Amino acid sequence: MTGSEAVILTIVTAATPLLLAALGELVTERSGVLNLGVEGMMIVGAVTGFAGAQLTGSAYLGVLSAVAGGMALSGLFGLLVLRLAANQVASGLALTLLGLGLSGMIGEAFIGQPGLKLERLYIPVLTDLPVVGAILFGQDLLVYVSAALAVCVSRFLFHTRGGLALRAVGNNHASAHMLGVSVIRTRFLAVLFGGACSGLAGGYLSLAYTPQWVEGMTAGRGWIALALVVFASWMPLRAAIGAYLFGGALILQFHAQAEGIPLPPQFLSALPYLATVAALVILSRDRWRARHDSPTCLGQVFVPDR
Amino acid sequence: MPGRNVLLEARGIVKRFGGLAANDHIDLTVRAGEIHALLGENGAGKSTLVKILYGSLQPDAGTVAWAGKQVAIGNPSEARALGIGMVFQHFSLFEGLTVAENIALALPPNAGRRGLAADVRSVSEAYGLPLDPAARVSGLPVGVRQRIEIVRCLLQRPRLIVMDEPTSVLTPQEAERLFETLRRLAGEGCAVLYISHRLEEIRQLCHAATVLRHGRVVGQPDPKTATAAQLARMMVGVDVEGEGGRRARRSRRGGTAAPVRLAVRGLSQSRGTAFGVALDDVSLEVRGGEILGVAGVAGNGQDELFAALSGEVPALDHAAVEIDGRACGRMGPAARRRLGAAFIPEERLGHAAVPEMRLSDNAVLTRHGTDPELVTGGLLRLSRARSLARRIVQRFDVRAPSGDPEARALSGGNLQKFVVGRELDRKPGVLAVSQPSWGVDIGAATEIRRGLAALADGGAAVLAISQDLDEILEISDRIAVISRGRLSPAVPASETTREAIGLLMGGAGD
Repeated sequence: MTGSEAVILTIVTAATPLLLAALGELVTERSGVLNLGVEGMMIVGAVTGFAGAQLTGSAYLGVLSAVAGGMALSGLFGLLVLRLAANQVASGLALTLLGLGLSGMIGEAFIGQPGLKLERLYIPVLTDLPVVGAILFGQDLLVYVSAALAVCVSRFLFHTRGGLALRAVGNNHASAHMLGVSVIRTRFLAVLFGGACSGLAGGYLSLAYTPQWVEGMTAGRGWIALALVVFASWMPLRAAIGAYLFGGALILQFHAQAEGIPLPPQFLSALPYLATVAALVILSRDRWRARHDSPTCLGQVFVPDR
Repeated sequence: MPGRNVLLEARGIVKRFGGLAANDHIDLTVRAGEIHALLGENGAGKSTLVKILYGSLQPDAGTVAWAGKQVAIGNPSEARALGIGMVFQHFSLFEGLTVAENIALALPPNAGRRGLAADVRSVSEAYGLPLDPAARVSGLPVGVRQRIEIVRCLLQRPRLIVMDEPTSVLTPQEAERLFETLRRLAGEGCAVLYISHRLEEIRQLCHAATVLRHGRVVGQPDPKTATAAQLARMMVGVDVEGEGGRRARRSRRGGTAAPVRLAVRGLSQSRGTAFGVALDDVSLEVRGGEILGVAGVAGNGQDELFAALSGEVPALDHAAVEIDGRACGRMGPAARRRLGAAFIPEERLGHAAVPEMRLSDNAVLTRHGTDPELVTGGLLRLSRARSLARRIVQRFDVRAPSGDPEARALSGGNLQKFVVGRELDRKPGVLAVSQPSWGVDIGAATEIRRGLAALADGGAAVLAISQDLDEILEISDRIAVISRGRLSPAVPASETTREAIGLLMGGAGD
C-alpha cells in the first residue's frame, strides 16, 4: 500500500461518521427541527455500540445497538420539543450534555478493553487491483452504507411523496397542517431518523475508526456534522462532498504534523468551521437562494390548534 | 336557488375559545350550484366557521350534514375526501417548493406525480388560470399564487369550494376573471362559499347570503335584491355612512394656496430585493389639508415608495424627500418623526406593532422620540405609556382585552385601529399610510377613514397608499397611480373616473 493510498483510506474512515451524522441531521432539519444534540447522540451511539459488540461478541450487533442508543436519545428529544413544545436550542444543548454524561457512566466498565473491529471487505481480484482496489472495494460495510444512504436520502427527499411532505412541514408547518399532513408525526419520525444516523456514526467511531471505548471519543465530530448540514445547504449529495472535504481536513492535520509542515494544527481543526462560515457567506449573498434552500420553519415550535 | 339539492347543512355550530364564543349556534345551508356569500365583520366568526367545515377545527357542539348524511370532519384530508376544497385568504403555499409540488401535497397520496404537471396545465387552461408547474412559488406574484390555490382546489374535483376573501389581493380585471371562473363552476353544479367584505362584489356574484355578527347568524338576505347599504347595516348593526353603491367623495380641500408639506422630487431607488420594484423618477407633492391617494396593484413599488417616505430605506439624494420644506432624504424614520411626520405601514403585526409587546410598549415604540413626557433622562415613564395606550384605545374604539394586552391578542381590525390611532393621536403634520383599512371590517374602516379625513382637515398632509380603489376614491382629494415603480401625475379625484384609474393601474400610462 502506498503512502497516498493510506492517506485516502484514512480520509474515507474519517469522513464516514461525519457523513452519517450529517445525513440524519439534514433530514431532521428539513422537517423543521433543529437538534443540536448530535454530539450527545453520537457519543451514546459509540458507547452502546461498543458495549453491544462486547456483550454479544458481534460487531454487527454492536452496530445495531449503536443505532438503538442514538434513537433512544433522539426519542427523548422528540418528546421534549414536539410533544411538550420545549425550546429546541436549549433541549438540543441539554441533550449533548446528557449524552456526554450518560456515555461516561455506561462506558466506565469498558474502558481499556480491546474492541471488536468491523472487518474490511475483501473481494478477490477487485480488492487486489492496484491503486483503486483497496479504496473502492476494500472498505468496511458502513462506508458503503453511508454512500448509499446519501443517495437514498436524496431520492427520498426529492422524488417521493413522503419526502415532499417532510419538506413541506419544514417549509411551512401551518400550511402543512391545514393540508392534513401530520406535522408532529412527520417531525418525530425525522428526529428518530436523525438519532439513528447519529448513533450509527458514533458506533462507527468505536467499532471501525478506533475500536475501543474512550470517554469523549467523538471529540466534537457532532458539531462538525451540524456545520456540514449548513455547509451543504440542506442537500444530501453536497453533504457527501462536504463530509469528504471535512474528513480530509481532519486527516490533513495529522499528516501535516508528521511531515513537519509548519501549519498550526489548531488552524486545520478549525478548517471545517471556517469552510462553513465561508459557505454561509457565499449562500447568503444570494438572498433568494438562501431563503428557498433553508427550511423556513427551522427551530420553530408548532402547536396545532384543535 | 331554493329548488336545488341541499349540499351542506350545518346546524347549531358552537366553538368557544376561552370565554369567547366565536361561533354561537350557527346554522348554514349551502345548495349545489349556488354561490353563497358569508358576510360579517372581522371577528364575526366567519373564519372559525369555515375552518370547522374544512376540518381544521373541531366544533364544541353542532352537527354537519353533507349531501343529506351526518358527517364528522376530523381533519382537512377528510374534508377533501368528501369534496370540500378551500382557497385560503393568507395563502397556504410552500415558498420553497414548486407549483407542481404545492399542488401534489393537496392531492390524495396515491395520485401519480408524473401526470400531475399535465393535469395542472389542462385544468389551468380550461379555467383560464395559466400556471407554470415547474416554477418556484417564492418568485411568484400574489395573483399567480392565488391561481395555484384555485387550481389545486379544482384538481380535487370538489363539490364545494370555500373562498376566503379571494379578491382582496387582485386587480379589478383579475377579480372579474375570477368571477367568470366561479360562475362557470357554479354552472357545473359546484357550490361556492364566498367570504368577502366587498358588498358590491357579493351583490354581483352571489345567489344567497348568510350574515354573521358576534358569532351568530343575523340574517339571510337575498343579495340580488338587497342593497349594499342594507347588507352593511345587517353586518355592523348600524347605518354605515358612506357605504353603498355611491360613496360620498371628499370634496377637494386644501386648495393650491396651502403650503406643500410633503414633497418627493425625482426619487429613484434601486430594488431592495430580487423581487422588489425599482422606483423610477417618482415626484409628488402633498399640501396641508389634503389627502393624496396612491392607487395601484400590489407589487408595483408601493412598498418601496413607503419605505422611502418613512426613511426605512434612505434616499440617495438628501433633497429627494422634503417634509415641511426640510430636506430629509438621508434621514431615518426617527429623525423624520421629529420633523413632524408619522408613518403607518401596511403590515400591522410585525411591522407597525411588535406582536409580543404590550400595547403601551408598542405606543412608545413610534413616539419615544417625539413625546418628551414618555421618556425622562433616558428612562421610560411606564405609567404615562400605559395611560397613552388607554387613551388611544378609548378614542379610537379599540376593542381589546382589558388591562394592557399584547398586540397579538387583538383581532386584526382592532390592532389596525390601534396603530392608526397611535399616529393620529400625535396630530402629525405629515402622515404616510399604507393600506389603511386592509382586512378590516366596514365599521372599523369607516372610522379609520374618518380619522384620516379629520387629520387632513386639521391642516396635515396625508398620503395614503391603497390597493382598494373604492377606498382611494372615497378618501382622496387627488389621486396618483403607481405602476411598475412609476407614479402618474396626481389628478383631482373629482376629475377622474374609476375606468381611467383602472387603466393606469393596468399600466396604460407607461
